[in-house]
Amino acid sequence: MSQDIPRIGRPFVRPDAASKAAGAEKYAADHYGEGLLWAGAKRAGVAHGRIRAVDIGAAAALPGVVAVLTGRDVPGTNRQGIVHKDQPVLCDDVVRHCGDPVALVLAEDRLVLRKALDLIRLGIEPLPGVFGIDEALLPDAPLVHEGSPNGNILLQAALRKGDAEAALRSSPVVVEGIFEVPFISHAFLETENGVAWQEADGRLVLVVSTQAPFRDRWEIGHALGIPMDRIRIIGPYLGGGFGGKDGATVQCLLALAALHAGGRPVKMWWPREESFLAGYKRHAARMHYRIGASENGELQALDCRLSYDTGAYAHLGGEVMALGMEHASGPYRIPHTRIEGVCVYTNNPIGGAMRGFGVAQVSFAVERMMDRMAARLGIDPLALRRKNALEQGDTNGCCVRLTQSTGIRACLETLQKHPLWRGREAWKAAAGPFKKRGVGMAALWNAMGYGRGLPDSAIAKVELTREGAIRVYNGVSDMGQGNTSALFQIAGEILRQPETRIEGVQPDTERTYPSGSAAAGRTTYTYGNALIQACEELRRRILGWAALMLFADTLDDLELLPERVRYAKAKKEVSLRDIAAMMRDEARVCISQFIMPVAADAPDTGKEFVIGFPHLLFSHAAHLALVEVDELTGAVEVKRYLAATEAGRVLNPQTFEQQVEGAVAQGIGYALSEAVRLEKGRILTPDFATYIIPGALDVPEIVSIAVEAPEATGPFGLKGVGEVGMNGPLPAIANAVSDACGIEPNHAPLTGEKVLALIQGKGAASHAE
Amino acid sequence: MRSEVVEIRFVLNGKETQVSTAPDRRVVDLLREDLGLTGTKEGCGSGECGACAVLVNGESRLSCLMLAAQLDGKALTTIEGAPEDGRLQALQEAFVRCGAVQCGFCSPGMIIAAADLLGARPDTGREAIREGLSGNLCRCTGYAKIVDAVQAAFEKLQGGPTP
Repeated sequence: MSQDIPRIGRPFVRPDAASKAAGAEKYAADHYGEGLLWAGAKRAGVAHGRIRAVDIGAAAALPGVVAVLTGRDVPGTNRQGIVHKDQPVLCDDVVRHCGDPVALVLAEDRLVLRKALDLIRLGIEPLPGVFGIDEALLPDAPLVHEGSPNGNILLQAALRKGDAEAALRSSPVVVEGIFEVPFISHAFLETENGVAWQEADGRLVLVVSTQAPFRDRWEIGHALGIPMDRIRIIGPYLGGGFGGKDGATVQCLLALAALHAGGRPVKMWWPREESFLAGYKRHAARMHYRIGASENGELQALDCRLSYDTGAYAHLGGEVMALGMEHASGPYRIPHTRIEGVCVYTNNPIGGAMRGFGVAQVSFAVERMMDRMAARLGIDPLALRRKNALEQGDTNGCCVRLTQSTGIRACLETLQKHPLWRGREAWKAAAGPFKKRGVGMAALWNAMGYGRGLPDSAIAKVELTREGAIRVYNGVSDMGQGNTSALFQIAGEILRQPETRIEGVQPDTERTYPSGSAAAGRTTYTYGNALIQACEELRRRILGWAALMLFADTLDDLELLPERVRYAKAKKEVSLRDIAAMMRDEARVCISQFIMPVAADAPDTGKEFVIGFPHLLFSHAAHLALVEVDELTGAVEVKRYLAATEAGRVLNPQTFEQQVEGAVAQGIGYALSEAVRLEKGRILTPDFATYIIPGALDVPEIVSIAVEAPEATGPFGLKGVGEVGMNGPLPAIANAVSDACGIEPNHAPLTGEKVLALIQGKGAASHAE
Repeated sequence: MRSEVVEIRFVLNGKETQVSTAPDRRVVDLLREDLGLTGTKEGCGSGECGACAVLVNGESRLSCLMLAAQLDGKALTTIEGAPEDGRLQALQEAFVRCGAVQCGFCSPGMIIAAADLLGARPDTGREAIREGLSGNLCRCTGYAKIVDAVQAAFEKLQGGPTP
């Protein structure tokens, strides 16, 4: 903690860093409690089946087991889900993926818990399953949800602009490609967990690793039939989230367990394997693209069909696909588009929110297509992107006019001027023996906020404490992105107090106000705007009370300083502590709501989307990857990486870089190694030995350049920076590998095995010619 | 469920400590649940992520793969022992200053691994540091700022330049 005043635009060491580095910060996983019980779920282990019997006898009889619960023990609807309530807390009739929970055990310790879970005998009659998008769409496909009127289709939609078919016919150059991406896992270090207990008066309290504490309360209330005001959710700092803790994970199971724990605290902490098995995933997708351009490289038309696999339950599948469709045309001016999407149920793991929500998938497709188009036209890939880059005032691929800051062109220009781009040919030529070098780029965008139809709202609360300090009641989870540090900066900037005089309260449904989820790049934008309003009101109030105490005729003569207000003319000061002592409790607290603006004119397309379409605000980036491919093994190594990012104004250069570097590292995993491998719905990659996330040797030095384009509606000009960086590495690296080896790597991840096969296939093909 | 309990004596963060526990209790559970030292994190339980690293006789060990009986007669340092350990303290300060902490769940293990590295091979080169930390996974930072921090701490401790 420093005596400095946190200010906007200056480096500021996040206030949570010291306690985290000291091991003193208490995450949800660090809460235990007196008389703690452990809870765990018995998972189906069968991808699709009808529950005929659940034999809990032996487990229930085991000494140390407190309770064994099944679907019959769930009060309320026994259904959870953010948009569609289709996911059982405990399955009562059918299991739809291997990770579906069928029984819940409460035990005195973890050894007993594990043994009891093993003793539960599940009689599940297997049903035929569907494990791929094509399979799910067959007319006679088994239904994942019996009686579903649309078969296995969760949502089907189309966006249209102009006449894409005619424009493609008249385009002199058309390129076509099919791209595939697998399910991937968030792989946060702190797996899904929480502790819950019932107070003496029956109220439930949960301390849980969550991105959406207020929605959790509603989910539990609905699923278990408990009035929301009987549930309190406390959301400490998270050990990572990335979207995977947006939606109920342990919440309803834990609340159910607490109802059977006799007031004792109950802890549920998914082991890593269970996190892989039951946790949400990024949707697998297939994308079929056709793009037409004129001979001088002006894009004319896009026709694409996107298919997303949402797995067993809806979760946010429809919304993920909608955002993918909204971004399918890339950050480009394309006069004619036809973007079709279908999101299907399968008996695979559940697809959900993940950083770059639906957009990371389409960025791969559209940016590979841009490179292929550039090659066909014989135009430099950067020049082609610049020529077609969206500008403020343009209409994007789904008919939305871009009225806000739009910095994609500036990002591309930054990349073009950089020595890594300018020196690329010499760098490539310096490859050693049996190595091929290539350089690839990607132009990116990512919308911010929930979009139309779901108010993106936050309610900020700020207090002048009795001690004269400033306390910010943050209602949006900090999963590591650092929104707390931005809130300190905003409070410091407006109220002029040093960091030591600012306190932060993390989300708690009894202390903070509903402010939406930590998601959609909205956290600091929406809550920050609300906090600005609240802090400005508090500032006026502090000065107003000071005026009374200092006999000042006007607030203009007063200056708010660290721990005091000065009346310079009269050479008098009053401390904030004394002001606070004068104020009544309700006067020391300011509460203010902000709702993110939406696109003024709703486009005449995408009517299928009830919520989440379209968006008004976008962040942008241009990425450059320099890779080396081992010709003998196909292994791809990223040697250097450049990210030029436009996310409005930068409030804190350090946290901005953290977001960019971290997103690029995750993107490198998506590009090169990460895939949830499945065999008939069973996960073959349940640990870090088989599901490979990048380590310190796999991520190169990353050059991050901020391209500022202050956003008029943003808090001090900010837009969200968390997501856009995730979308770049896969296409940029694939383009670089294509550049290096002359191959078409269109299926992620680009493992050595896959790249080698493509290199050998190319050799064989040219040999046959 | 625990059949036997044994007495184990070891030095924990500089203090003589005696515990009665099952000899096969995992050290990570002993620390977190029995001794309340939750700074040591668990990320995988199978020795793949490094979040649970502790120093045993000055060397980094994974507490999820270690059993209580193995502690007998040893000196154990967890992240909570940093105030008494110059290496850990310098690393913590550098992690904070350099922006190496985001969600922070890997940070204690990362700092422990870096302390071991500093003891074993005090090479301040970035590649050497990356190699030394390659057993610790981080999902937030992209590692660059962690390498910055370790480099800065190494240089400070060796009396070299500080950024």
